[in-house]
Amino acid sequence: MISLKLDKKLDSSEGEFLLSIDIEIPKYSFTILCGDSGAGKTSILRMLSGLMTPDTGRITYDDTVWYDSRQKINLSPKDRGLGFVFQEQALFPNMTVRQNLAYALAKGQHSKEIDLLITEFQLDGLQDRKPATLSGGQKQKVSLARSIINRPKLLLLDEPLSALDQKRRMRLQDFILKAHRDYDLTTIMVSHDAAEINKMAQAVLSLENGKVSRITRPGEMKKVSEMTSGTITKIDESAEELILKISLKKKSGNAFQEEYATGEMIWVSKKM
Amino acid sequence: MDWQPIILTFRLALVTTIILFFVSLPLAYWLAFTRSKTKPILEALITMPLVLPPTVIGFYLLVAFSPAYQFGGWLESIGLRFAFTFPGLVVASIIYSLPFMVQPIQSGLSNLPPSLREASYILGKTKISTLTHVLLPNIKPSLLTGIVLAFAHTIGEFGVVLMIGGNIPGKTKVASIAIYDEVESMNYAMANNYSLVLFSVTFVILILVYLANGGYFNQISK
Repeated sequence: MISLKLDKKLDSSEGEFLLSIDIEIPKYSFTILCGDSGAGKTSILRMLSGLMTPDTGRITYDDTVWYDSRQKINLSPKDRGLGFVFQEQALFPNMTVRQNLAYALAKGQHSKEIDLLITEFQLDGLQDRKPATLSGGQKQKVSLARSIINRPKLLLLDEPLSALDQKRRMRLQDFILKAHRDYDLTTIMVSHDAAEINKMAQAVLSLENGKVSRITRPGEMKKVSEMTSGTITKIDESAEELILKISLKKKSGNAFQEEYATGEMIWVSKKM
Repeated sequence: MDWQPIILTFRLALVTTIILFFVSLPLAYWLAFTRSKTKPILEALITMPLVLPPTVIGFYLLVAFSPAYQFGGWLESIGLRFAFTFPGLVVASIIYSLPFMVQPIQSGLSNLPPSLREASYILGKTKISTLTHVLLPNIKPSLLTGIVLAFAHTIGEFGVVLMIGGNIPGKTKVASIAIYDEVESMNYAMANNYSLVLFSVTFVILILVYLANGGYFNQISK
């Protein structure tokens, strides 16, 4: 269990406000943080990771205290054992894809891990390229691989998919979910996208005026899907992937009319 | 032509630049990332050589190094003599060229996206490891600029070296002073020889830096 009880004064475009949260996040869960920009979502991730110091409060992971203002405990980011995917990827420009992954290996970890992740994330053709030559989606995939290679307990993602088009977005969502499952991660992700929240989250924390205004569990999230209706327009089956091309329509009056989104859902399955 | 002043000039520039690099690195790192309120004071001190007449720095260093005063006396007692010696020239040059090395490195570091440093810390890396593996390799143009400016600026020194080093052939008589010397004795041809060497060498160095930082070498190697 990760427990956060924090107060932090933050500046926003509308002036100073107090971010005050008191939440518990179960291990191995997938939580999405949403809320208006400037609501403090990124700040929560930064305080969890140790990149930002709260004014007062306490953060614990199981029995380990990461931060406690009263006991003056503040573990540095490098000692918290977590993974962080930045919105702007933060890949090291001087290193190739492979070197970025190699740099992230923990002491004593075997370099076989790199090959494993390169295969898993389908980065074979890209491993000797520098980040500047990659597309947004490829960069984010490398960034995700880099953040989990040293087996973190907790994965934090700060709007990792916001700059991607719908197709790449959905593909990467599947990669994130797969990493979440395969690596036994507790994942907290910032996202605004309703479809993304609906697809990925086991719990949603909505931030408003510096407080968690709503905690939603999956069963209560039907509203998003009631507004849309989808049809499968095409099915592509290859050796390892099943691609469903779908078209979503938005409800207008009583009928689903307005086209809302088209995209692909991809299952990547290992052949037995 | 007596090549000794030219050789001495480049030896001084080389030694100064190497020591200056390792002195400037921690200073530039601290200035780039600190939130301390004393930062403006240190910044002002480091920038002083840019605006002060070299003779002012030379004068104070000469007083400080003089065995007649306390600090110079103490230096002498531990076997260090800086007034009118080559090591004295090196110390003076380091102080005089400090802003030329510190400022490019500092601005290179502070212009890098903070997320690069943060990502490295989160991956469990120390500050030293982050500096050597992530930060420095990504500010190569700034490092090159700092190194070359400090080197070229040391070659171009006159006032400070004259005050601290005087004009001892083979020890402290660098090219810029040799030129002044030759002009004083109306030996214009020799002054021209020294001047031409300094002019050509510094021009070539600066051209190479601008080509390197403009990505010219990357283009032709492709």
